[in-house]
Amino acid sequence: MSHANPVTGLTASPSASVPTLRDPAWVGRVFWMLAGLALLWPMLVLTEFKPWVLLEPGALKPALNFVGAFFPPRTDAEFLWLLARETWRTVAMATAGLTLALLLAVPLALLSVRVLSLSALTGAMAPVPAVLRQAVRWTLMLLRSVPELVWALVFVRVVGLGPTSGVLAIALTYGGMLGKVYADILESGDTHASASLMRNGAGRLQAFFYALLPQTAAELTSYTVYRWECAIRSSAVLGFVGAGGLGQLMDSSMKMFNGAEVASILLVFMALVWLADRMSAALRKVLA
Amino acid sequence: MQPSAPQAARAANDTYKLPPKLFDARCKACWLVLGVVVLVITSFATLNLQWAQFWSWDALQRMARFLAELMHPRFDLAFVTKVAMASLETLAMSALGTLLAVMLGLALALPASKTHAQDPARWRGSARLLLNALRSTPELVWAALLLIAAGLGPFAGTLALGLHTSGVLGRLFAESIENAAPGPAFALRVRGVSAARVFAYATLPQVLPQLLSYSLYRWENNIRAAAVLGVVGAGGLGQMLAFHMGLFQMAETSTVLLAMLVLVALVDALSYAVRKVLSR
Repeated sequence: MSHANPVTGLTASPSASVPTLRDPAWVGRVFWMLAGLALLWPMLVLTEFKPWVLLEPGALKPALNFVGAFFPPRTDAEFLWLLARETWRTVAMATAGLTLALLLAVPLALLSVRVLSLSALTGAMAPVPAVLRQAVRWTLMLLRSVPELVWALVFVRVVGLGPTSGVLAIALTYGGMLGKVYADILESGDTHASASLMRNGAGRLQAFFYALLPQTAAELTSYTVYRWECAIRSSAVLGFVGAGGLGQLMDSSMKMFNGAEVASILLVFMALVWLADRMSAALRKVLA
Repeated sequence: MQPSAPQAARAANDTYKLPPKLFDARCKACWLVLGVVVLVITSFATLNLQWAQFWSWDALQRMARFLAELMHPRFDLAFVTKVAMASLETLAMSALGTLLAVMLGLALALPASKTHAQDPARWRGSARLLLNALRSTPELVWAALLLIAAGLGPFAGTLALGLHTSGVLGRLFAESIENAAPGPAFALRVRGVSAARVFAYATLPQVLPQLLSYSLYRWENNIRAAAVLGVVGAGGLGQMLAFHMGLFQMAETSTVLLAMLVLVALVDALSYAVRKVLSR
């Protein structure tokens, strides 16, 4: 005779004892955990992962002193004015960089879009445009695969310290990113309208303005706004290699171990990132 | 019959109404465009960009010389081994940083999520505030701050990656925990199972694939971040780059730059391939 247990839902035969409360998959879990630990060991060695150095008195005392000086943050008028100027510079660097990036990205994206190929309307694309499009794609890939910080390092060497190198760095990396994503967005849309315009004798630019752009304008703008937010975050950091803005201010305060200044800069930094995040979310909501 | 009767008096038929004015105080898009134009113009105007200096003959010459020097990377065995070790260090930094971030992020995501209606979630606000603070400080700033406590080297970089990423992952984790289907957790909870076990046997198995995909995605980002993190002295390829560039050793700089590009390209290709396999 057997009856269903109302709690576990299992059929308990009278001969069976209480089911053992052991995880049925424990062998596999233990094995993978051990394998993971074995893999972890070389990583710990490579990264010199020694948390106890944080607690050594030689390291702990200056760190505690530094963090202790965070309170209260420096808020005198002179420093706040400097902070406001550098914050504006950070935003301006991001905006100017993104504008130049657009100047780079839009023509390159238009050159690389396969949908706007006249020869591809009738079978395979002609060899010369095909090579050109691939070359443009590779250029875009090269531009965006060098991080903006490395571009900034290079330009600081050539142009000298200051916001020019930051603007150029953002322009090149973001030009590559925007160009690639614009091309992807343009190609992901419905190609029927542009194809029929071009079949009836419209030019490629006409097909872009009257068929591709109306479909994808909202998506393109929203992606640009998102990238503007990212550009603000990275322009704040570019200062660490000498490209002006909040990062440079923070770098110099940090080198002088001035905790109070670092605390104010950090607070402004967080507020700026938060504000950019909110603004870009609101703008994208309006655009959608 | 229509609420717009006065206008109908002017235009007998809707079709022949005048087109909307080009600028209208209620047109949101016009204000948006105006704002963007003003922002762009003031940005360029206030930045005192040194274009004259950048396009000057002297700067162009320097640029050309710089590029020419970069064309001769150093490829002897000893140096290539050093670069390979630095690349491995970068990979290890990113992997360990992401692992730390997964642990810390999960530890913070649990108090930051409200899993059911009766959950008091007392720490939700403060945990979310902490996650936001961790997230809005970029890894490079964390690294610069941590250099004081952890000293130069990859350890500071690993911790920096871990701290920033835990803010990002913690928020994503909290959202997926809150969005998990409540049925299984409810079934266990009404039987008096403890909260930890409810999480381990009902919520976690549901959200695990999502947590894993978020973590892998962040790892990919972190490899890229770890490569440049070193420019403030936090280990990996970036530290080598800053070191050799600072000493004007362009042959070495060129090799390190190449290694960075290869690393990033490999990560891109791998992630593209994995995504393609997974989405099939």
